[in-house]
Amino acid sequence: MQTREEAIWDALAEVSDPEIPAINLVDLGVIRSVRLDGERVTVELLPTFVGCPAVEVMRHDVAERLHGMAEEVHVRISFAEPWTSERISLRGRERLRASGFAPPVRIGPGVLHDDLAELSVLPVATCPYCGSRNTTLENAFGPTLCRAIYHCADCRQPFEQFKTI
Amino acid sequence: MTATVPASPPGIAPAGLAGLLLSMADDEFVIGFWDSEWTGIAPMLEEDVAMSSISQDEIGHARALYELLASLTDDDADRIAFGRTADEFRHAALMNHARTDWAFTIARRYLYETADAVRLESLARSSFEPLAQLAAKMRREETYHRMHLDTWLRRLAGGSAHERLASALERAWADAQALFSPLPDEAQLVAAGILPDSLGELRRRWLAHVTPVLATLELLPARTPEPAPDGRRSRTEEFRWLHGEFTMVAGSEEGATW
Repeated sequence: MQTREEAIWDALAEVSDPEIPAINLVDLGVIRSVRLDGERVTVELLPTFVGCPAVEVMRHDVAERLHGMAEEVHVRISFAEPWTSERISLRGRERLRASGFAPPVRIGPGVLHDDLAELSVLPVATCPYCGSRNTTLENAFGPTLCRAIYHCADCRQPFEQFKTI
Repeated sequence: MTATVPASPPGIAPAGLAGLLLSMADDEFVIGFWDSEWTGIAPMLEEDVAMSSISQDEIGHARALYELLASLTDDDADRIAFGRTADEFRHAALMNHARTDWAFTIARRYLYETADAVRLESLARSSFEPLAQLAAKMRREETYHRMHLDTWLRRLAGGSAHERLASALERAWADAQALFSPLPDEAQLVAAGILPDSLGELRRRWLAHVTPVLATLELLPARTPEPAPDGRRSRTEEFRWLHGEFTMVAGSEEGATW
């Protein structure tokens, strides 16, 4: 039988990311923990970006979805560990690709926070439409904080990538 | 958004910690506001998007820092951001200048991003855990800013804008040193590990990085002055104008929310 905690995780997996609805909050990796304490549930949420304006919407959507599953629902914004794009699940990466977003490039630790002297060149994104790696980064900054803009030289399609961070 | 934050750590001068948080938050807030003015009028569409996104990051960082500060002093982040007089701001003199032109924007931002990277690298090791956590997270985001500004600096340096960029750097250089002007109670902050390296040491690391880059590009200003002691207190008419802009809504409608 499903535990209450499992039921809560399942419910959280029904909450979509407000900016990219193709992916849910669990697959996005922003739920760090769920703590059940009697009739009180506390969800710890890691923002993808410190300044992400969708965090308030996420908090609201989570509280709304869990309403009735416990007497008290708390959503706590946390920076206990940095959210990184490595936290996106395999299923989440597949969902992003299927909806026309290149998933972030898998990177080892350290690539994005090396010393000043080492400006790393990030590996290019794979085109979500034709699978080509013959792509160029047009702009590391896109329509939201977490998106970059690419162009595919093979299928000549511009596309967005969920930023590697 | 409200991060859960423990009370002020024991045995530490809260005034020093508040001053440190305020200096960083005000740097991010004011540079974010200045450069958000490029939205719609940047030299090209891609840059319009990029500079707006970078500015949004900075204002988001400022917000998180103001909230951390507010939780320590039982204050309110919006009150700190919009309820102070111009003279109560503690950003470095570098942010006293108006947006000016694209060359100045790139010059200032290059100096700021490189200095901020040195500061965040250090603060990610802070003994004050909530600050260390925020710094670690911000650092990853700031890497993109730094790559972007590094590209722009080299691009303008190698073209017909060289002279303009050189004179913009000349203008920004002394006030950029103020990013490392002494903070109140700095010695205590360093002793407690809240600020793991002194500002003098951070400045040394920053200069060791930017000086050879600027020299290679033939952009290094002739003289490097020491940071002004009041580098985080002096205010200009240009900043007073900006302050009037960003406090306009809060000033005309007390407690306004949006």
